Amino acid sequence: MSDLSFDIAHLLAGGLVLISLLMLYQDRLTALINVFAAQAVTLSLSVAWQAYVQQAPHLYVTAVIALAFKALAIPVALHRIIKRLGIHREIDQVVGVGPTMLAGIGLVALALVVMLGVTSEADRLAREDLAFALSVVLLGLLMMITRRNAVGLVVGFMSLENGLVLAAAGAKGMPLVVEISVAFSVLVAFIVIGVFLFRIRERFETVDVAALDRFRGGQG
Amino acid sequence: MRKEVVLAHNASWLFRVAPYLIFAGTWVAAALVPTFATGLMFSWSADLIAIIALLGTARFFLALAGMDIGTSFGGIGASREVMIATLAEPALLMIVFSLALLAGSTQLSTIAGYMLSSNVGLRVTLALSLFSLIMVAIAENARIPVDNPATHLELTMVHEAMVLEYSARHLAVIELASFLKLLLYVSLIACVFAPWGLAPVGAGAAAHLLGIATYAGKLAVAGVLLALFETAIAKMRVFRAPAFLGAAFMMGILGVLLLFVSRGGLR
Amino acid sequence: MTPLQILLAGAGALLGLAPAVVALGRSPGARALTYGGALTLCGLTGAVALLSLLGLASPTGDAVLPLGLPWVGARFHLDALSAAFLVVVNLGGAVASFYALGYGRHETEPQRVQPFYLAFLAGMNLVVLAADAFSFLIAWEVMSLASWALVVARHREAGNVRAGYVYLLMASFGALSLLLAFGLLAGPQGAYAFDAMRAHRAAGAVAALVLALAILGAGSKAGLVPLHVWLPLAHPAAPSHVSALMSGVMTKVAVYAFIRIVFDLAGPPDWWWSLPVLVLGGATTVMGVLQALMQQDLKRVLAFSTVENVGVVFIGLGLALAFRAAQLPAAAALSMTAALFHVFNHAAFKSLLFFGAGAVQEATGERDIERLGGLIQRMPQTALAFLGGSLAISALPPLNGFVSEWLTFQAILMSPRLEAWALKLLVPAVGALMALSAALAAACFVRVFGIVFLGRPRSAAAGGARETDLFCRTALLALAGICLVVGVLPGFVIDALAPAAEAAVGGRLPAQVSQPWLSIVPIAESRSSYNGILVLAFIAGSAGMCAAAIHQFASRQTRRGPAWDCGAPDPSPATQYTAASFAQPIRRVFATTLLAAREDVDMPQPGELRASRFQATIGDPIWRTLYAPIAWSVDLAAERLNRLQFLTIRLYLSLVFFALIGLLLVLALWT
Repeated sequence: MSDLSFDIAHLLAGGLVLISLLMLYQDRLTALINVFAAQAVTLSLSVAWQAYVQQAPHLYVTAVIALAFKALAIPVALHRIIKRLGIHREIDQVVGVGPTMLAGIGLVALALVVMLGVTSEADRLAREDLAFALSVVLLGLLMMITRRNAVGLVVGFMSLENGLVLAAAGAKGMPLVVEISVAFSVLVAFIVIGVFLFRIRERFETVDVAALDRFRGGQG
Repeated sequence: MRKEVVLAHNASWLFRVAPYLIFAGTWVAAALVPTFATGLMFSWSADLIAIIALLGTARFFLALAGMDIGTSFGGIGASREVMIATLAEPALLMIVFSLALLAGSTQLSTIAGYMLSSNVGLRVTLALSLFSLIMVAIAENARIPVDNPATHLELTMVHEAMVLEYSARHLAVIELASFLKLLLYVSLIACVFAPWGLAPVGAGAAAHLLGIATYAGKLAVAGVLLALFETAIAKMRVFRAPAFLGAAFMMGILGVLLLFVSRGGLR
Repeated sequence: MTPLQILLAGAGALLGLAPAVVALGRSPGARALTYGGALTLCGLTGAVALLSLLGLASPTGDAVLPLGLPWVGARFHLDALSAAFLVVVNLGGAVASFYALGYGRHETEPQRVQPFYLAFLAGMNLVVLAADAFSFLIAWEVMSLASWALVVARHREAGNVRAGYVYLLMASFGALSLLLAFGLLAGPQGAYAFDAMRAHRAAGAVAALVLALAILGAGSKAGLVPLHVWLPLAHPAAPSHVSALMSGVMTKVAVYAFIRIVFDLAGPPDWWWSLPVLVLGGATTVMGVLQALMQQDLKRVLAFSTVENVGVVFIGLGLALAFRAAQLPAAAALSMTAALFHVFNHAAFKSLLFFGAGAVQEATGERDIERLGGLIQRMPQTALAFLGGSLAISALPPLNGFVSEWLTFQAILMSPRLEAWALKLLVPAVGALMALSAALAAACFVRVFGIVFLGRPRSAAAGGARETDLFCRTALLALAGICLVVGVLPGFVIDALAPAAEAAVGGRLPAQVSQPWLSIVPIAESRSSYNGILVLAFIAGSAGMCAAAIHQFASRQTRRGPAWDCGAPDPSPATQYTAASFAQPIRRVFATTLLAAREDVDMPQPGELRASRFQATIGDPIWRTLYAPIAWSVDLAAERLNRLQFLTIRLYLSLVFFALIGLLLVLALWT
């Protein structure tokens, strides 16, 4: 593979990690969703580039799925949800921005150490992709535990899934069926969570997940 | 030109010497940044780290001068200035790191030469460093949104609060130093991230002329961009500055991390 | 006489002077004898050590005295590493003695200080010279106990006795760790001479254990976080010239112990040895300087800043370990040189700053910086020297502190050559911590100098201060001169340290003095270079030309008037920015989590006649989470054991009997 194509792959995958960190930095829900959409666009570009480099046409399908669902459909739906819930101006964060960002940087470093240490035999593009993918997954998890709002949780989960897609695209040879089923399962999960959100809201008048803890009984 | 200096009764010798030291520190640092040619005569006498530290020396004296008279304005300015500096310095070092790891050097001439060569390629790290450096430059030069160079309102000023007691030639020298510092940062960004037109070592007069012309062009572009940016944005609270510079630091360190997985970093 | 014999004789003479001083008691002759004698002897031994470090006298030597363990004897050995540290020890000792010729006059109970001062100096000299575990530990204990006696010399002042108690506990703990480390190194044969330890290398788990014990033992003396708690209590409690020695020199003896054990005796390092050293070093720099920024007591600020600088030295040592394990001798030599250079620099500027603090304390009777101010008018020479020390410790060019930190940064930039991924990614983070701590140190010393020497006096004592005596001023200005010269001509120091670095890591930097224009070029000129003399010349030249041009072509008139202060000046000095308010932004940004800083505002309701109160508190989370539980469990155990004091004689005897049987059983099962 030429240096240039590696550089572009690196640029896109690195951009994905950067956008994950930017998501951690956002404390407003609307901005968070926009950044998530940007991440999905970057992901689809990255996958499309992989498709071109590896000459694997089925990856184009993956890229299109990512673009259509994650960059367009889900953000639009989320925007509508938070509008309807009336929480589009809310600020949401359990831990402060500074410690979260530091933890995020630490996770990226950890992911790099682990992945680069384990995969010393593999092709350099796959190594780099796997390292970045693990970073994105970990950052998504971090986001899920630092958000109080259920919408933030959903976005964290989606961005985690973006990391998985990146890993799959880099690993050469994930069948299209698996890819499509993953995409649909995410969609289903999204719908379920969406319904769930409205149910929570009906019951408790809030989507703050801390409210759920209070209703676990006994702790009132 | 002929204004006389008004000194407070309890101003010490440090207060009178500081403007010249501030100017000299900034001047020497600025002189070490390649503007239109690389490999000038004494460019090896200090590297990027030393340039940053020279600016630190200037800032040290500026903050002390602010505290000399013993007014509350001077204190508030000095205190905020050092707070911003403590946040900016790690970010700046991370940028130095990325550049030094890429070019294998902390000499600015060498770095600029490397950036001109063809094996730089497309790198996320460079973009991150550029953004980070711009953010640090805004904070260090006391520009909007971190500080406002044109205000005298207690809540918003950092740089102006420190130099409140200065007048006439002393004030002129300090203001000159602060403009020089801005020029330094613009030259630094231009020389590292837009090194086109820099005259190489031993080039003829034509190359130097071309270098000077492109340098003037770069300065003009930077000035216009800065003015646009400052009119478009509002000043932030002092305690938003940590988040702002924290983001700069984060981008810097992410740049270093990503460098290790980029081409040449993987082994 | 060989150099080693002269050095031993010097240390012996220092020890021998102590009884003579005791005999003289409180007389002024005792002071002259103590400090004059110490000055002469330290000057002599320091000069001899310097000569042998430069290779002008025979650089190595061995001596065995018929003392100590009968089958080992008291062995002493001189090599480049010990010579380098001897220079630091005796330079600090000589300057402190000179300073004390004037400063010691203010001592209320000199008989509590002078004999121990001599023993302290002798102990530090002997630690560095010792070549077997037994004499090393004896000298170490002499050093510790003598310094403990000096800490509690002013036992009537509040807090000093507690400081001494905590210090004694930590010193015993450190000595115990070192004892165990030497025991492991000596192995089952009991080879206590360093030569024998080198002959059979410890390996695997034993070596790792030695590393851990060395970090505990030497780190607790040097003030490595989290073992630093005694240091900011004990160092300020002693008289100022002793504080300078404890901070500037004794911590360096601890660094020597670490280098001797880990680099010399423990055998070739594994790559991961550097991990704990780097992490602790990085944490130490930031925690130390943050605490320093929050303190009000001038000498405590300096003590915490010592913690920071020890962290910088340990970062250099950690890098040296990493590079040495990766078989990169040039980079290892660079890191080791940086660490040794910083050892020297810190000894110089920290002594200077403590002397300055002592001068301020004598002139005003205050150590609380909130009650000082404006001293630059009344003590101009002290202020000038203190300013030099502040610039140097803030790592600003063209002074010496910058050079050693610059070298450390250059070593950090070599880290991509390391093999281990964990180190590749850790070292830049450590570099960020070091940059942060350098900036915080600058903030800290802007605060100290600005509050103590600038502004208006905040108390009557500060307003009536007088310049200190000639001895003190000479010592201060001499050290400031050293800081400047070393910062401007670092090549000579690097070359002088090269054999010491080579002794520790087996590589050396290229000779620096032969570089054109006396630059320093650690690796290659295209990579990095620094020229202090040119930087100084450029700064002086441009400042001078600027001033001359303005005075020539514009006005040079000045008029004195009241301060402007935005048109509303308040004459009361209480309206000045205080040290606490200066630190407030940084306290809010960094210390809220790291130091558990809290701000409490008590604002009365409108109409209430109460004054409003603002209170800021900082805690030390390390003390709370690490030491408080230990103290609690020790108390608990003591409580339980207390019952053992009320047993019958028969029970006592049976306890002893069962203990004996138990030991015999262990012996029987073991062999």
